Amino acid sequence: MPDRPAIWNFLLGRLSLSSLPLDNTIVVWTFVAVALGGAALMAMITYYKKWGYLWHEWFTSVDHKRLGVMYMVLGTVMLFRGFADAIMMRSQQAVAFGSNMGYLPPHHYDQIFTAHGAIMIFFVAMPYIAGFMNFVMPLQIGARDVAFPFLNNFSFWLTVSGVVLFMTSLFIGDFSHAGWLGMPPVSELKQSPGPGVDYYIWGLQLSGLGTLLTGINFVVTVIKMRAPGMTLMKMPMFTWTTLCTSGLIVVTFPILTATLFLLSLDRYIGTHFFTSGFGGNVMMYVNLIWVWGHPEVYILILPMFGLYSEIVPTFSGKRLFGYSSMVYATASIMILSYLVWLHHFFTMGSGADVNSFFALTTMLISIPTGAKIFNWLFTMYRGRVRFTVPMLWTMGFLFTFTIGGMTGVMLSVAPADFLLHNSLFLVAHFHNVIIGGVVFGVFAGINYWFPKAFGFRLDEFWGKLSFWFWQIGFWVAFGPLYVLGLMGVTRRLSHFTDPSLQIWFIIAAFGAFLILLGILSFVMQIYVSIRHRDRLAVGSDPWDARTLEWSTSSPPPPYNFAFIPIVHDRDTWTDMKKHGYQRPMEGFNAIHMPKNTGTGVVLAALGTVFGFAMVWYIWWLAVVSFVALIAVAIVHTFNYDRDSHLSAEEVSQFEHNGNWEPKAQGATA
Amino acid sequence: MNTVAIDTAPAEPRKFLCLEEAHPHNGTLLGFWLYLMSDCFIFASLFACNAVLGTSYAGGPSGHDVFDLTGLAVNTALLLISSVTFGFAMLEMARQRKRAMLGWLAVSGLLAAVFVGLEIHEFVTMIAEGAGPGRSAFLSSFFTLVGTHGLHVTVGILWLIVLMVQLGKHGLTEANRRRLFCLSMFWHFLDLVWIGVFSYVYLVGVLR
Amino acid sequence: MSHPSPSVHDHGTSHDAGHETMHAAHGSLRSYLTGFVLAAILTIIPFWLVMGHVIASPQTTILIVLGLAAVQIVVHMIYFLHLDTKSENGWNMLAFMFTVVLVVIVLGASIWVMYNENANMMPMSPQYIHHKQGA
Repeated sequence: MPDRPAIWNFLLGRLSLSSLPLDNTIVVWTFVAVALGGAALMAMITYYKKWGYLWHEWFTSVDHKRLGVMYMVLGTVMLFRGFADAIMMRSQQAVAFGSNMGYLPPHHYDQIFTAHGAIMIFFVAMPYIAGFMNFVMPLQIGARDVAFPFLNNFSFWLTVSGVVLFMTSLFIGDFSHAGWLGMPPVSELKQSPGPGVDYYIWGLQLSGLGTLLTGINFVVTVIKMRAPGMTLMKMPMFTWTTLCTSGLIVVTFPILTATLFLLSLDRYIGTHFFTSGFGGNVMMYVNLIWVWGHPEVYILILPMFGLYSEIVPTFSGKRLFGYSSMVYATASIMILSYLVWLHHFFTMGSGADVNSFFALTTMLISIPTGAKIFNWLFTMYRGRVRFTVPMLWTMGFLFTFTIGGMTGVMLSVAPADFLLHNSLFLVAHFHNVIIGGVVFGVFAGINYWFPKAFGFRLDEFWGKLSFWFWQIGFWVAFGPLYVLGLMGVTRRLSHFTDPSLQIWFIIAAFGAFLILLGILSFVMQIYVSIRHRDRLAVGSDPWDARTLEWSTSSPPPPYNFAFIPIVHDRDTWTDMKKHGYQRPMEGFNAIHMPKNTGTGVVLAALGTVFGFAMVWYIWWLAVVSFVALIAVAIVHTFNYDRDSHLSAEEVSQFEHNGNWEPKAQGATA
Repeated sequence: MNTVAIDTAPAEPRKFLCLEEAHPHNGTLLGFWLYLMSDCFIFASLFACNAVLGTSYAGGPSGHDVFDLTGLAVNTALLLISSVTFGFAMLEMARQRKRAMLGWLAVSGLLAAVFVGLEIHEFVTMIAEGAGPGRSAFLSSFFTLVGTHGLHVTVGILWLIVLMVQLGKHGLTEANRRRLFCLSMFWHFLDLVWIGVFSYVYLVGVLR
Repeated sequence: MSHPSPSVHDHGTSHDAGHETMHAAHGSLRSYLTGFVLAAILTIIPFWLVMGHVIASPQTTILIVLGLAAVQIVVHMIYFLHLDTKSENGWNMLAFMFTVVLVVIVLGASIWVMYNENANMMPMSPQYIHHKQGA
């Protein structure tokens, strides 16, 4: 506690002026930039009088499509943040050789790699997949919304809470330097007395709860709300992977919650779970966090597998090859992902028998994944492939991800892992699968479903440019890391002594620069497309696609479908088009929809305050916000009136005025 | 609405839309069941910690030294009986007898409250004897696992009180019945977790 | 969140489950009393075994206690939680089986892994010495 009158310590906990990192020029300038940018944004919203619109139409919305879009925006904003960390690390490592210590002191560098990893996984990849699942899955199964629309809104805001805490740590106090998984003993109180690890813990606890609720919500939605006729084996592949991923979330995120809870008990009340003394066992943390951590990477990649399984058939003009093998592969990955976690710590000394078991399971899990790759290739085989932007990303994925998978199999050989563990080879491997699998998938999906969400396509030129910058930049950035890793260079170093390594790091930094151009091209792509939205306008089905989301207008009406579809075939929309389906223009019914509510925002805001108070030991505020949280939740349960009505006339208006056909061109061209 | 005739004969036109609005249906019970399953993993992690750290006494007391099995037997009985009385409340709900139902709910809640009270007493006694959660990894895992269960029971009691108010106000509506059903699952689930706690943490704990 | 909000009114794949589960799964007085008696017996035996030092070998006692706990969990599942293959069209059962398998993996493999790591990496740690002496 700072040295000052007791009343201040009571009011502010350990927070004081010296908590502000005023000595760190990079952070100060970042803060100035963020503050100015934020103020400009706020001023603009105020000037255009958009606060009411944002609040009523977006923040309090329980519409899965709007939440999906907000998740995508959140993921993109955080992608910029996470990438800023990445490019700082790359440039530091490119220059910090010999007597040059670079521009980032180790204390700061450690926070950057921690923040980069944690943000990219929890606040980029997770929001993106949550966004896709939110937007696409209910449309694909012919539902009006998800099973628990309020929880869906609440989940989103809990994710935002985590983001807010992470971002606050940039400017008030500091962030964890214990790596993205917060490994003890570094994350224990003795080694990390500052607020960094606490920011990390509470940020992840809040967003983790949101993720868990999303998982439960989507499992129930897929099970309960499919359109009539859609049996399990008629579900689109993306819906299948959403189901499996959500199932995995339900069974793994509690383990993360429990593990972080134990770590926080160590830090707050002095228990000895993972301490070095009093019988604590550091290895138990490593074990538990990876019990969650490995399924987590499959949580990220499975929805992407589903997404590719939608894009490939659409642009090949063929049914998906080997649908049932795809389903069984997904389901077996779901189980197997739970049996491989020890391969993250082969070197921790479990002995030959344990290591052999987990090495074998790890090799085993590559089989269903390999089967999927062949399925996509065979879908394209003899198809009439259209090389649109989504398809380009998919091809880039097939190439990049397969190589990443193969280096993964190399790492699964336990003796080889003893050499490669914690090296840059590992860093290259997981970026290879996560960028090649998840990030490429995100861009493929954005390009694919953007017209559905907004009624116009994304610009092809900038899209292709973005793809090529990313694709080439990826290999230039991570190829050298494979080489360095094989030479034995370990990860997380802010300075090197051997000058012969420098050239590789310079190449890698250049690769990161290419990726930066890729990201900027993506921003340009969005900007240009919005500028030229009239020219790029499309109707309900711009790609001649195969699943139900393309049977409704772009953007879809709040209720998705005026009449719930009846499913006869796996590629439902293709089947409907083939049989001459005509959209009815009359005879609409009134539709029940859930009401918007601000409770989710309030609850998540209180959660954020609670987290902040816990980080800074402001106990009175923690108690007050916690009690308020419970009180608001209870009050919310007294509200039984949660539905509203859309009359038949309103539905009819939506159906007549919706965007179904491409608008007449020429107005702007 | 459940069986839509899937017509594959090419001669007849396919029916692609349900032209009438269907009755709503509800996923709350399934969703709550999934929540309970996810809670299993919280407890699984804590049990795993107890299994791994349960003999890390760090020179401090062992389970044999600190556990009071007679008190444990009383607590176990309380929780089991409250599980059954909650079942009786559910039977009264099915018979639409609101007063009797509220009575059994109150009994269940009181039993659980006594359970929590005894548990707090046990904790306080142990801490006073110098066997607090900071004494050793064994005691950390003991307090955390048993405490987490106790916290769940406390939440259950709070929920029960809120729900009793709502039942009193609005009666046995569809929504309230559903909520009570969820709470009953929660209640029985906590009793089920307690089986693991008293068997593994306490009974096995004094033996190893 | 203890009270998930009611689902959006929508149309289902089938007639579901929601209502029927609520009506069917209340059990009966008989089932609750049967469950209670069985649970009581399955609770009293392990307490008696441990408190009365009935069996000389602690290992055997531990195995019996854990076995009885497993049986009692099944009893609670059937008589109190009314789990069967029909509720929610079998999804409850599927979710439960999935959970059981994964919980067994988490517990079993964690204990296996940590036992080996302790044995290999912390052979001199105090708890091991204590354990060896105590056993």
